[in-house]
Amino acid sequence: MLRFVFTRLSLVVPTFIGITLLVFVLIRLIPGDPIETMAGERGIDPARLAQLRKDYGFDQPVLVQYGFYLSRLAHGDLGRSIVTHEPVIAEFQSLFPATVELSICAILFALCVGLPAGIIAAIRRNSIFDHGVMGISLTGYSMPIFWWGLLLILLFSVQLGWTPVSGRIAVQYYIEPVTGFLLIDTLLDGDVGAFRSALSHLILPTIVLGTVPLAVIARMTRSAMLEVLGEDYIRTARAKGLPPFRVIAIHALRNALIPVVTVIGLQVGVLFTGAILTETIFSWPGVGKWLIEGINRRDYPVLQGGTLLIGAIVMSVNLLVDLAYGLINPRIRYTR
Amino acid sequence: MSVENIQPPIAVAQPDTPPSPSLEFWQDFRKNAGAVAGLVVIAVLILLALSADIVAPHSPVLTNNAAFLKPPFWQQSGSLAYPLGTDAIGRDILSRLIHGARLSLLIGIAVVALSVIAGTILGLIAGFFRGVTEIAIMRLMDITLTLPSLLLAIVIVAILGPGLMNAMLAVAIVLLPHYVRIARAAVISEVSKDYVIAAKVAGAGRFRLMFKEVLPNCAAPLIVQATLGISTAILDAAALGFLGLGAQPPLPEWGTMLADAREFVLRAWWVVTLPGLAILITVLAFNLLGDGLRDALDPKLKR
Repeated sequence: MLRFVFTRLSLVVPTFIGITLLVFVLIRLIPGDPIETMAGERGIDPARLAQLRKDYGFDQPVLVQYGFYLSRLAHGDLGRSIVTHEPVIAEFQSLFPATVELSICAILFALCVGLPAGIIAAIRRNSIFDHGVMGISLTGYSMPIFWWGLLLILLFSVQLGWTPVSGRIAVQYYIEPVTGFLLIDTLLDGDVGAFRSALSHLILPTIVLGTVPLAVIARMTRSAMLEVLGEDYIRTARAKGLPPFRVIAIHALRNALIPVVTVIGLQVGVLFTGAILTETIFSWPGVGKWLIEGINRRDYPVLQGGTLLIGAIVMSVNLLVDLAYGLINPRIRYTR
Repeated sequence: MSVENIQPPIAVAQPDTPPSPSLEFWQDFRKNAGAVAGLVVIAVLILLALSADIVAPHSPVLTNNAAFLKPPFWQQSGSLAYPLGTDAIGRDILSRLIHGARLSLLIGIAVVALSVIAGTILGLIAGFFRGVTEIAIMRLMDITLTLPSLLLAIVIVAILGPGLMNAMLAVAIVLLPHYVRIARAAVISEVSKDYVIAAKVAGAGRFRLMFKEVLPNCAAPLIVQATLGISTAILDAAALGFLGLGAQPPLPEWGTMLADAREFVLRAWWVVTLPGLAILITVLAFNLLGDGLRDALDPKLKR
């Protein structure tokens, strides 16, 4: 197991350095001088320009600049936003909990609906229920979620007036962030009205962000279940007279869940992609909306830092999933 | 989300006269009702796209000051002059949707073609040359895969500047790793087979081995992935359009149309509903077709 951990870790380091290099090079490719961009329309006197270039290290060779970039990175310095002049990492930290809260709710929603749907579809193979689940999940998988969000707003917020259109909580509530998760913070505060408000703001974004993972989980659970149900040990379990529920829930499900766990881990990247769109539609104050605003304002430090942090987070989660997978399933440790 | 199935091929009793491969493929494919439906929808879309100038009742960019936000014909103040209503500046939505089909199909096919060609060549190189070349290519692809697809596409568009061509290029780059991986995996499993060794012994050069011997035998997984890739490309390009980074107005791209329609969500449901429905139907059709092709082309994945 230790060897497996080390092999995986040794793969992560070059990938991370690769991401830093990629982000560094990509931002460099943007046309225009960064100092002149910072100076803006007013212009800048040449001596001051040269001084600033020296201060920021832009007079050095590119490779040296990359070295500077890495060393600042090692100190947790991702630069400052051109628009707000706040450190990028501080902005990210204050917005990240909103994205995580939404993502956790979305994946829980996807699991609570997707797992049972996939299991029942596999047990009743070729039934109407099975075809229905597969049809709906392929539709969900094909769904342009930015449109899906607008559609839900149209139905539930505009026509029925059940849910708020945008934001994270109604304006009259102010909650001091403790964990950053509003559902928890409002409860810690003991403010039931604020909790209900936060919850009602969460419902539609959760459904929108959870739709694609839900479809993937339902399809994956069904096919993994079908595979396991054909195994000899299931027939043995049935033959020795175990109740059907026990065969499904204890014998089959445990093995069927292994590929499903991997798929859930792989959804982290998908969730971020979805979060960018979902947060934009619902004005959800998370990192996805922040990145899109960063692009529209040409705030390149935000874009650079945000991309790097998200890349690092996705990579870490994938690593954890891999390690967990090696822990659940010993076969995987030796086959790679 | 592709699942790699590493099952040993199962020996099947051969019938007396095996049907020709293409006939067998068609018989397998025809049994899949969903795949046939997908194919029909795609055929209709292609016909609409080709004949857009004739079929569309109005010009997709012509505005009509007398008909702002007119509802579809079955609603009260709607009329058959604008069967699906008009948008906020009086353009016919049906005509814009038909011309949008042309754009979306073009985006899907061009993006995937670019991605498949570049990806296959990189994958063949990685699979044939191994060593440092392979490590360099595959590492780069791993890094690309680590970043969420839309985020990477957004960063690329931010560098190149918004626009349809740049958005297409960005989506092509994002899709690239999938084809590189498939091509490399297929090459590695094919290279040690007898027919490749025979060709090598017969004196075939590396180029011939790569493109004439190995490539045709790796085609099936690439075709399946390409079909599914078209739907991803259409979705991602529409998402970029929706974020204002893809096709720019007045181009009737479906995602861009949705972005324009967002502010009218309270007043005019049709300007919001119809372009999204068009995206959904198109993407669903390509996904159905891709699933059907996979079942028919890759017997190993059949259940």
